[in-house]
Amino acid sequence: MSVAVENIPSQFEVLDNALESEMTLSMGPQHPSTHGVLRLDLRLDGELVVKAIPDIGYLHTGMEKLFEYKKYQQGIVITDRMDYLNPLGNNLAYVMAAEKLLQLEIPERAQVIRVLMCELQRIASHMVWLGTHCLDIGAMSVFFFCFREREKILNLIEAASGGRMTPSYFRIGGLMMDLPAGFDNRCRQFLRDFPEAMNTFDTLVTGNTIWQSRTRGIGVISAEDAIDWGLTGPCLRGSGVDLDLRRDNPYTGYETYDFDIPVENDGDVWARFKVRMRECIESYKIAGQALERLKPGPIKADAPKIVLPDRDDMRKHMDSLIHHFLIVAEGFNVPPGEVYHPIEASKGELGVYMKSNGGPKPERVHFRGPSFVNLSALPVMAEGEMIADVVAIIGSLDIVLGEIDR
Amino acid sequence: MTEQLLGFVDQLTNKNSEWVTVVTEALGEITIFTPRESIYDICDFLKKELGFDMLADLCGVDRGPEEDPRFEVNYHVFGTKHHLRLRLKVLLSDDDPKVESVTTVWRTADWHERETYDLLGVIFENHPDLRRILLPSDFDGHALRKDYPLRGYEPYSMN
Amino acid sequence: MGLENTLFDSLPDVVTVKLDAVINWARKSSIWPATFGLACCAIEMMGTASSRQDISRFGAETFRASPRQADCMIVSGRVSRKMAPVLRRIYDQMPEPKWVISMGACATSGGVFDNYAIVQGVDKIVPVDIYIPGCPPRPEMLVHAITMLQDKIMKESVKDRHDTFEAESRESMVPGTLPVTEGTALELETEIEVAEGETSRPYTVPSRHERRRSS
Repeated sequence: MSVAVENIPSQFEVLDNALESEMTLSMGPQHPSTHGVLRLDLRLDGELVVKAIPDIGYLHTGMEKLFEYKKYQQGIVITDRMDYLNPLGNNLAYVMAAEKLLQLEIPERAQVIRVLMCELQRIASHMVWLGTHCLDIGAMSVFFFCFREREKILNLIEAASGGRMTPSYFRIGGLMMDLPAGFDNRCRQFLRDFPEAMNTFDTLVTGNTIWQSRTRGIGVISAEDAIDWGLTGPCLRGSGVDLDLRRDNPYTGYETYDFDIPVENDGDVWARFKVRMRECIESYKIAGQALERLKPGPIKADAPKIVLPDRDDMRKHMDSLIHHFLIVAEGFNVPPGEVYHPIEASKGELGVYMKSNGGPKPERVHFRGPSFVNLSALPVMAEGEMIADVVAIIGSLDIVLGEIDR
Repeated sequence: MTEQLLGFVDQLTNKNSEWVTVVTEALGEITIFTPRESIYDICDFLKKELGFDMLADLCGVDRGPEEDPRFEVNYHVFGTKHHLRLRLKVLLSDDDPKVESVTTVWRTADWHERETYDLLGVIFENHPDLRRILLPSDFDGHALRKDYPLRGYEPYSMN
Repeated sequence: MGLENTLFDSLPDVVTVKLDAVINWARKSSIWPATFGLACCAIEMMGTASSRQDISRFGAETFRASPRQADCMIVSGRVSRKMAPVLRRIYDQMPEPKWVISMGACATSGGVFDNYAIVQGVDKIVPVDIYIPGCPPRPEMLVHAITMLQDKIMKESVKDRHDTFEAESRESMVPGTLPVTEGTALELETEIEVAEGETSRPYTVPSRHERRRSS
């Protein structure tokens, strides 16, 4: 006995409507693929994303308020924990902003070592990006290969500064301490082995049909949209805009190094992937050039009231002891002023706005995190994609929640 | 580079002399103090005529409850073609911390303004969706103000 | 958990001692962590899982994304006040037997961040078995912590493990404290209730470990 359409009881009509209406899915904050504690509110039509609204703040640490209560030198330690994949970059941005306010001149050796360490850190950060991006999309072995390379870089950073992931190596006026003996040999060995590792990744990932079909044409953002949304770094260069602060607003002597800026035009996940892979090679080139340029010399600026003296000096001379005591106990007064210093971190333009009112503690420190701005463009990129593609897009944006939530 | 920037400032002053109240130049950067009623027009002019197509940063500063004006809002603009930077500063007083939103000029201002509202309490008029972004939505107060204590008010309770 | 408990409570000690050894050996040899990586310590946890210091040789073979399939929650990173209810909810979703390792200074005691935004120690929210200091702790320290947890598990007894009281879970997780897209009726009701002070809430909910010690 068949049931005519008009005779279907009314409770089944509700079900019919439910299939056509939107479903809200809350992705995160505990999720293996969101690269941290990010919550995405996805409005779905079946598997298609109609709207994606990021909800952040799950890692908000109140760092900007903490800076106002700490002397300038003490704040360096907090910057490590912001973008925890690129701590030396954060250190550099903060320290250079303070040096700009103090108008210090940094010696040559310190600048070369800063460039070397920043580029090594950039490679390490891109290794984590590649490993987790591949892990999300499904290629698990690449994760282990990437972390193996990263272990080598972390060993180098640990040899120089004592900390693997939170080095706090840079100080206002120079470096914490000089590179240990034998560092350049170990660094050279790492740089010798690195191109082969990049070839392995190319073989495993770049030429892979599955990878290409999962990343080509996904998450497209045009160049004008990218600039309007404030994207910087590889996300911007993947959309065809040729902008890199190391070349365009140079700092720490980057204008004297010889490197290319990779730019791709498609604006999709594949383009951003290619940009970052080529950036690893460019960083490797810069690190090699910096290593060749190392000459013996001072690593701290000549400012006894700001820069801590050497331990030997402190033990032998009274004035060094007094300076050491005053710098550690009271801090140094920074002349009033404000400065905005942007650097090209591994994720994009990391800008520090520092305002001082003449005392030993800053009045306001604001970090413009590149991941914060890159993530705000996610709704534009994720509209019309499937849920699995949203995972690929988040991976390609390379977000770090520590920097977003500060 | 600073000559080019000063040239831009002259163009701004020529367009409308009310727009630029004070210009300071320090540490290689140029800061323009603007009145809050004209911030939208200035940003529009900067983007369309002078080529500052990216808003690098929008941040607020709390000078302290005794100062007047209490709040500052800084707009750091950047031009991707000429690679120059400029800072616009708007001063706001404590009893009326409102300024117009520039979200329709640069869409990236959306999240930056939400963050400034969340942490400092500066209200951006005509913002499409002004709500808390970093602090929990039931948080009481604005955390980055100078009169908010560092350790907060209540001990942590799960509720 | 209910059936095993009643069964083991009725068995004589001489049998449960033998059973203990076997059951504890099975439990300690395959502790599957739940992915609860929050901040920098999460990267060191990922480093521990990678090939240099490999925790799968200690039994932590896979990191289960779903807490329903996990044994151990390694809280790695700073817990902010917005994240705290989520942490408790994930802990409640894990089935017994479960353990918590608090990795890093921020999870143990708030770490460098003594301010309004960070919970000063995750043991205010969940009962912790092993604390790891460090900022971030080296991967070898996490491996040591897992071996310490394995020793701790060996000393347990099946008679002692009881289910986390369901009432405690239900009371502590107030419906509506998870951030929902605003405007749901449930959230509004709870807000009105809290605002009028009708429901009384304890400062911290004593965990079963604390209650057991006092009685």
